[in-house]
Amino acid sequence: MKRVSPVLVFAIAVLAITVVVAIIGNVFTSHGMSQQNLLARLKPPAFMTGSNPSFPLGTDRIGRDMVARVIAGLQMSLSVAIAGTIIGAVFGSAIGFIAAHFRGWVEELLMMLVDFQASLPFILITLTLLAFFGNSMVLFIILMGLFGWEKYARLSRGVVLSAINQPYAKAIVALGAGNGRLYLKHVLPNVASALIVQVTLTFPQIILLETSLSFLGLGIQAPQTSLGQILGDGRDYLSTAWWISVWPGLVIFLVTLSMSIVGDWLRDRLDPMLRARTT
Amino acid sequence: MTRFWVLKILRTVLTLWFVVTFAFVVLRTSGDPVVALVGADATPEEVEQFRQLWRLDDPLWVQYFRYVFQMATGQFGISYRDGREVLDIIVERVPWTLMLGLFSYIGAILIGVPAGIVAAIKRGSTFDNLIMATAVFGFALPNFFLGILMILLFSLSLQWLPSSGTGTVWHLIMPAITLATFTAGTLARFTRSAMLEVLDKLYIRAAAAKGVGYWKRIIFHALPNASIPLVTIIGLNLGELIGGAIVVETVFAWPGVGRLLVTAVSSRDLAVVQGLVLIMAVTMVLANLVVDLLYGLLDPRIRVQN
Repeated sequence: MKRVSPVLVFAIAVLAITVVVAIIGNVFTSHGMSQQNLLARLKPPAFMTGSNPSFPLGTDRIGRDMVARVIAGLQMSLSVAIAGTIIGAVFGSAIGFIAAHFRGWVEELLMMLVDFQASLPFILITLTLLAFFGNSMVLFIILMGLFGWEKYARLSRGVVLSAINQPYAKAIVALGAGNGRLYLKHVLPNVASALIVQVTLTFPQIILLETSLSFLGLGIQAPQTSLGQILGDGRDYLSTAWWISVWPGLVIFLVTLSMSIVGDWLRDRLDPMLRARTT
Repeated sequence: MTRFWVLKILRTVLTLWFVVTFAFVVLRTSGDPVVALVGADATPEEVEQFRQLWRLDDPLWVQYFRYVFQMATGQFGISYRDGREVLDIIVERVPWTLMLGLFSYIGAILIGVPAGIVAAIKRGSTFDNLIMATAVFGFALPNFFLGILMILLFSLSLQWLPSSGTGTVWHLIMPAITLATFTAGTLARFTRSAMLEVLDKLYIRAAAAKGVGYWKRIIFHALPNASIPLVTIIGLNLGELIGGAIVVETVFAWPGVGRLLVTAVSSRDLAVVQGLVLIMAVTMVLANLVVDLLYGLLDPRIRVQN
């Protein structure tokens, strides 16, 4: 057993704290996320002069508490990323399983779609659909869910194709198991580790995509908020109130960084072949 | 050999056809295409005029072929915001994005590739760890946040560089660095693993055995072989770069196509969105074709396999 690196401990701690804060966040502040306080506009954080003790991270342009804003933003960004990751993983893997099962023209067609998707930056497709169909929460979450589907599809098709030729799979088919049982009970657990590694790669990317779009004003819309949207809001106040942009930015950075570190570690643990190839 | 080229080119044509069809389907399913392209403020007479101009009473397949033809010849329509040809609006923005993109791309290669090489030959050293840690940081730091941190530091605190706009070379520095960081990190990681793979090969040992010097081995024997997978990465990264330009140009108010796309999407100037997305997609697909063909030229094994 190798010694656990302090970096990994740090990353896991950050993720654990983030999740706890997102769940019980409201105990950290008595202010609501959209509660305005016009007498306390643009108050700096507690360690600077002129701060207001009831707003430890400062306030924004209409006196909203930054603690409450960042927590609300974190809740939204995490929920969207989790929803997006689950939708993408399930949908993409299902496509891969279908392609591997039916082979023939079904596989050709699906893999052609995968290549098509892989040859275009996803943000272009997202922006097109948001522009033409108008922004709504449902469409936005579906779009986040479509992110990375082609990677899951390609990956699961590959591993399923090699798994169904293994003796254990043939034995189960010979014993009379149906397709549902073969794929869900026997093949899926065997390809799960590869899919989990993929999840740790796409999760931070979805957070980055969502926060980028919200930052540009094209993602989560007010009165809802997300870390990216708060950051974008603060852009006009950089010279007077840097904290509006910096706190949400730091949170995004810490979450994606920790997720990447944990993902790298998981990949090493679950996929020794990959480790041999990349390190 | 010929088969390889033909297959690649056919595939590209097919992808382009997918792209245009996707745009057509989106345009048709999202509402009245005339309203979408001339804007919601147009009078009924104007709408009717466009309906006749585009012959929207024709059967759908006739419209589809006409649409493909129009897109292929650059007739993207008119921006409802300023009434100009979409193609003209886009063309005047392209040089700005090219300038920013080239500058940051070259910078990313000049920093990322040597960093990866050194990390590979000094594997496990402090330098290696430092480079890999920086690459992970660059990967996790969102480019809009990096941009804002740089504005805070270099424009507002130190007052060394202008925070946005264009005009001098100084305006180019921060957007280019912001855009280059992610690419440089990716390149460093890939160069490192490609070099590591090559350095273990027998021909490197053979070169050492016959007395080829250390740096000569690295530069003339290892690097050319390691550069083969790098070509694909550089090609794939073009997509990241386009995605990055959308954000970075907005942060620094850089007048390129990325910022144009963001303003067009927020004001729902759909003719501009459509034109931009098609042009960007075509650029990407053609760049991928070039990379694929280059890959075949560099590595004869690929041609044979296909």
